[in-house]
Amino acid sequence: MSDSVALADVIAVACAEAWRGDGEIFASGMGVMQMLGARVARATFEPDLMISDGEAFYVSGDLPIGGTQKLVEGWIPFRSVFDTLAGGRRHVMMGASQIDRYGNSNIANIGPWAKPKSQLLGVRGGPGNTVNNATSFFIPKHQTSVFVPNVDMVSGVGYDRAKKVGGFIAKRHDLRRVVTNLAVLDFNSPDNSMRLVSVHPGVSVDDVVANTGFELVIPASVPVSRPPTPEESAAIETIDPKGLRHREIPT
Amino acid sequence: MSEPRNKIITEDQAVATLRSGMTLGIGGWGSRRKPMSLVRSLLRSDITDLTVVSYGGPDVGLLCAAGKVKKLIYAFVSLDSIPLEPHFRLARQNATIPEPTEWDEGMLQWALFAGSLRLPFLPTRAGLGSGVMDVNPSLKTVNSPYADGEELLAVPAIRLDAAFVHMNRSDARGNAQYLGPDVYFDDLFLAACEPGRRFVSAEKIIPTEDLLKEGTFHTLKINRSMVDGVIHAPNGAHFTTCEPDYGRDESFQKAYVDAARDPEAWKAFSDRFLSGDEANYQSQVVAWREEVKAAKEAAK
Repeated sequence: MSDSVALADVIAVACAEAWRGDGEIFASGMGVMQMLGARVARATFEPDLMISDGEAFYVSGDLPIGGTQKLVEGWIPFRSVFDTLAGGRRHVMMGASQIDRYGNSNIANIGPWAKPKSQLLGVRGGPGNTVNNATSFFIPKHQTSVFVPNVDMVSGVGYDRAKKVGGFIAKRHDLRRVVTNLAVLDFNSPDNSMRLVSVHPGVSVDDVVANTGFELVIPASVPVSRPPTPEESAAIETIDPKGLRHREIPT
Repeated sequence: MSEPRNKIITEDQAVATLRSGMTLGIGGWGSRRKPMSLVRSLLRSDITDLTVVSYGGPDVGLLCAAGKVKKLIYAFVSLDSIPLEPHFRLARQNATIPEPTEWDEGMLQWALFAGSLRLPFLPTRAGLGSGVMDVNPSLKTVNSPYADGEELLAVPAIRLDAAFVHMNRSDARGNAQYLGPDVYFDDLFLAACEPGRRFVSAEKIIPTEDLLKEGTFHTLKINRSMVDGVIHAPNGAHFTTCEPDYGRDESFQKAYVDAARDPEAWKAFSDRFLSGDEANYQSQVVAWREEVKAAKEAAK
């Protein structure tokens, strides 16, 4: 792979890959890299995805991040988002301040819930998202304070908890992938604990292990995350002409 | 012939009908189309011990900072463009909200919808398996009575004693209109509220015959049977968005956040903007903008 490929572009494509095969559902990205990934997926290999402007409209075409020239193709106010996710016709990529080996995630607070050391957003729609529609994560800084043995508040439901609930939720629960600044991970292991899928160029498996606070499932051979195709590179430039993606990656 | 109800009142008249200990629902979402002039009026009152239900933004932050909240039912509190609400954070980190009640976003909708339909609960999957169940031990589940037998979360209905929402337009009788992209859950807040204290503030009060001049009939989600009081509140959602009349006042929101970092700065902010009436607030915002502009000119 050429040295000229920026890490942010490899990550954008790794995020886009989360939606491969999803077809005509709502690809929802919470954050710059997540939105970029969804829009690159639609611009290239997953053309039927539905993309929103992050406010209340489905938009057609390749809307740049923060773009205002919208080609509206539908209306998706918050109430319709709730309806759509409950119907399962959505795959959201969120952020997480903490995540554990089964994908329990936390955007709510750090420290004990009753008196947090740091109050963050609250659980938001995380509980409903994770038991209703496919969920992926982009985590810009892969480190042991984020990849923790136990999250302080479960705002997003992981595999162990989903199995404990049982029934519909256990059957349909679908955490797809976790993209970080170091690697791509998923939950395709016998007990659905987190598995290393690929490492980004220049990153070693040991780097990932050292920055993860729990034991990962590591296949015998771990490939390097792929670079964008020329078509994907062009889409990345069109959708993020200002290069906002580079600011998402810690240096 | 009898006269129709006269509903035009002021923010202070609306707030004067509230009592300490009531359950108040506040419309809008995050830092979007919040009934801020009503919230500011509430800040000036003696009312306290409130249960507040909100898709929280600066409304929740301000009420927490003023110590008016006993119980807060929320899924998040955020300023959108600035993700974390500083007063809410402090209140949580200092544990000064006696009964924080953290639910999933969809659970709030379901609770208000159940309240509006006078049902005791509505079933959902949202919340099951999550920390919401851990920190709300009073939440109960029900089993589907049908063949599937699935265990579902029974979201308890919320009935409100009072509701505040802000709209772009309303006629004098409370037929209210949103012209922006999303009504959020404002209609549900009004529908889940006991008649008597359902208040709509609006940018403009217009004649009924003008209601379809700026938007289609789809924008008329709120009719007068859902409303008890109508308040003329130009710039009433400031500093939150009120599309298409105005966007968020980002620089003022930032000033709000900066002030909240430091008790002295907050006192100065609060003395200047929140101690007087709504007219004072609006004139101070205009003066503040002039000062910021002048300072920028001087720095050139």
